[in-house]
Amino acid sequence: MSILIGKDTKVMTQGITGKTGAFHTRLCRDYANGRSCFVAGVNPNKAGENFEGIPIYGTVKEAQAQTGATVSVIYVPPPLAAAAIDEAVDAELDLVICITEGVPVRDMIATRRRMQGKRTVLIGPNCPGVITPDELKIGIMPGHIHKKGRVGVVSRSGTLTYEAVGQLSDIGQSTCVGIGGDPVNGLKHIDVMRLFNEDPDTDAVIMVGEIGGDDEETCARWIKDNMTKPVVGFIAGVTAPPGKRMGHAGAIISGGKGTAQEKLAVMEECGIKVTRNPAEMGRLLRSVLQ
Amino acid sequence: MNVHEYQGKEILRGYGVATPRGLPCFSVSEADEAARKLGGKVWVVKAQIHAGGRGKGGGVKVAKSLEEVHEHAQKILGMTLVTHQTGAAGRVVKRLLVEEGADIRQELYVGMVVDRATQRVTLIASSEGGMEIEEVAARSPHRIHKVPIDPLEGLTAGQADQVARQIGVPEGSIAEARSFMQGLYRAFVDCDAALAEINPLVITGDGKVLALDAKLNFDSNALFRHPEIQALRDLDEEDPAEVEASRFDLSYISLDGNIGCLVNGAGLAMATMDVIKLYGATPANFLDVGGGATPQKVTAAFKLMLRNPAVKGILVNIFGGIMRCDTIAEGVISAVREVNLHVPLVVRMKGTNEHLGKQLLETSGLPIIAADDMADAARKIVAAVRGTVGVAA
Repeated sequence: MSILIGKDTKVMTQGITGKTGAFHTRLCRDYANGRSCFVAGVNPNKAGENFEGIPIYGTVKEAQAQTGATVSVIYVPPPLAAAAIDEAVDAELDLVICITEGVPVRDMIATRRRMQGKRTVLIGPNCPGVITPDELKIGIMPGHIHKKGRVGVVSRSGTLTYEAVGQLSDIGQSTCVGIGGDPVNGLKHIDVMRLFNEDPDTDAVIMVGEIGGDDEETCARWIKDNMTKPVVGFIAGVTAPPGKRMGHAGAIISGGKGTAQEKLAVMEECGIKVTRNPAEMGRLLRSVLQ
Repeated sequence: MNVHEYQGKEILRGYGVATPRGLPCFSVSEADEAARKLGGKVWVVKAQIHAGGRGKGGGVKVAKSLEEVHEHAQKILGMTLVTHQTGAAGRVVKRLLVEEGADIRQELYVGMVVDRATQRVTLIASSEGGMEIEEVAARSPHRIHKVPIDPLEGLTAGQADQVARQIGVPEGSIAEARSFMQGLYRAFVDCDAALAEINPLVITGDGKVLALDAKLNFDSNALFRHPEIQALRDLDEEDPAEVEASRFDLSYISLDGNIGCLVNGAGLAMATMDVIKLYGATPANFLDVGGGATPQKVTAAFKLMLRNPAVKGILVNIFGGIMRCDTIAEGVISAVREVNLHVPLVVRMKGTNEHLGKQLLETSGLPIIAADDMADAARKIVAAVRGTVGVAA
């Protein structure tokens, strides 16, 4: 079954005609069932045209009505990204994945407030997206490193997620979810962990975190009380200096809070096997599967 | 992005947040003139640097005569101010703020941050002004009050009044404290701030509410819509290497170790720093070349790392996704040739076109050490650096 997306998911791309949107929609369409899954594009100025055979609609609502797409992926530039999420939420899509990096925090605060009580689930912004290997890839991750399997991966980072996936090349993954590196975003580790816990096709989970905030701690406490499957973890940034934003908008130790050491300690207390060596994530995961 | 105290206060005054009257000065004579213009009998001469703890470091002085203003200005301008936030090297003071003295009856704390858990701007207030808020949080957490603000409603009068009473604002000053806090919130939202700290907020002898200090930090993702705030950027307050990096769209942060690292992706870059540490050495920098690294960008990254004399070795760690390993390999080869690399270099590449990339490095004839995984790469660069350190010593 996998989580969030599968081979029958119908997807629209908001920002399909931009350089990034066009490039990645092509790659996603060429991956596994992408050709039947990517059914629509949205661009208010190009309604009625098509992107290499994918019809373009003026609004999300129209794309949804015409194609039955229930998921959207967003590549529109940062100043317009939050409005694009709002549009998808108003159309009551199931899932919106916002890849765009650099969305102002104020815009996301307003968007998250608007989403209260709405049915749409958001992933990102500033994330690589979601992939269910051999079924569907929605996002910018390299498809070919993935393999169908039974390990879930959830991470705040892009290439570090690929690193974890690369270390699982023998046993494969059920679904990999990049929740993104921004401070105000959609799904958190805990939300994805809940989904993996309920997914009959996931046997264990790798949780990759980084400095900043306390999402990993919140998730760890939930795991302790609820999770029925083994979880292993890694937190990036043990060597990160305080007060400096380490690339991601959300990766910052402020007021002594959000350190990797603190997160690792709480995770260990909650029974999660952690490694301080990022080259050991795969080996650690295999050790809990036996 | 940070701004100076005097700039922050000027922004806040535009939103009805009261501050003492003051003037920024770039020379001693400007300070003399500012004090005369402000008038009164007591002035405060304040060093303007982007770091807290200025008072303790000797960068804030009270003057009771124009002569004293002159003396303090002379002493503070040009001094190297060391505070707990500047690091041991300190920061040279190039700007001053000369302010009228305030008659302080009470020192309080008011701040605003974006709270990640509630996903809202949160007002933080305390009766313990003038101290580090982290210290108060550790010692007397019951003295800290937090109010998440609904973006649809803003900071309501009811919320503001309640907090004002909780932190001990006298009844006669409640209305003024309310408009102060509401103004601070409006400024925070309008200007896309990431952090605002008024520490201390003071109640004066005659019941006025003033921001005696102001620290503002802005969301760099939102600067595109604030040219007026971008104009306040003071490059003197930033690490020159980080400024240079931003010109090439590289994300770079100086650290105090001796192994330079060049990585694609912020999370992987941090993990690479961590694994270097795990194998007994210390990273010299954080450097994320991003998703679309061209050979030019890689060369710029090498130059940047090598500008740091402490660097004794370089570790390149690339997980090729959309970015192909052969492209990175070409970039590394041309960079090594261009900068005439004189320190050991370990390259670890994985992902798209991995074999092609490795082949290019091997056939380049350059002394590049190849590694299979992150741990192997860290082990090899640490060993190589130890070797060169040994030779040099």
